[in-house]
Amino acid sequence: METVERRGGIGMKFRAHIRVSLKEGVLDTQGKAVRVSLKNMGFGNVEEVRVGKSIAITLDAKSREEAEKQVEAMCDDLLVNSLIETHSLTLEAI
Amino acid sequence: MKAAVVIFPGSNCDRDVIHALETVSHISTQAVWHKEPSLPEGTGLVVLPGGFSYGDYLRCGAMAARSPIISAVRDHAERGGLVLGICNGFQVLTETGLLPGALLANLSLEFICSTCLLRVERTDTPFTNAFTKGQIVQFPIAHHEGLFFLPEKELEELEANRQVVFRYASADGSAGPLSSPNGALNGIAGIVNREGNVLGLMPHPERASESLLGCADGIGMWDSIKNWLEGRLN
Repeated sequence: METVERRGGIGMKFRAHIRVSLKEGVLDTQGKAVRVSLKNMGFGNVEEVRVGKSIAITLDAKSREEAEKQVEAMCDDLLVNSLIETHSLTLEAI
Repeated sequence: MKAAVVIFPGSNCDRDVIHALETVSHISTQAVWHKEPSLPEGTGLVVLPGGFSYGDYLRCGAMAARSPIISAVRDHAERGGLVLGICNGFQVLTETGLLPGALLANLSLEFICSTCLLRVERTDTPFTNAFTKGQIVQFPIAHHEGLFFLPEKELEELEANRQVVFRYASADGSAGPLSSPNGALNGIAGIVNREGNVLGLMPHPERASESLLGCADGIGMWDSIKNWLEGRLN
């Protein structure tokens, strides 16, 4: 991670949207509870519910590549626990 | 022989641990703020106490695991020093990678606060040598994220390496998932690393260290640690 410039850059501003979800096979107790509630409410066709989280980060960076590299480093270092979670990332210039 | 108890913002069992170590078990103990870069000279045992470090935001223990003191705790563990993580401290240890696994939300999705029986699976560790193998002890639990999880293959390795030290049990001595209050895989309540010098457990031995509290089984853990640090086992 030392190669990543952590101070941010000057110039472009980006907004990253990170979607974090539990891996397949990891018990999602929240998802199960929500599924039961939905069924009780009459949505009997619901087969499975998975609950995840969404993280939005606004940052300065020199380029899109630099921004993506930094956000991926944040995911690896803190935002995502790769034992139990997966993530996807979209990045937009703002 | 000295102990250090790390305090993170949101820790709330630090004073209970210090009381159990110092007043009950007469182990000289120092509190260490998480922003400290190093542990006190002569530290033999580091305790990461229970609580809600950083409000349990993001994932329980995730941000505490990136605190400045953690690199010193990691060095201490790598030198063979003892590290004990209780409840949120266990969650912090899994987030640092010093212990395998993750603690997920309880199966019932409820915060469980109750007394709890455990079976001691190993007595050849620095933390459990004063117990007898298969002994049933009572420590309280108080957590929302205590379901121990590891993918199947790693779980098999954990069992094969004899890293499970405490399992949730019933009064008849049977242990496993059915006795588990939180849905923990294989009924796992506490594990050690491969080397055996880092222990994490969800139940609270410090809350079971005086008969006044209803149970004093936790003293067995402090006695074990004293035996180990004072070299009484060889």
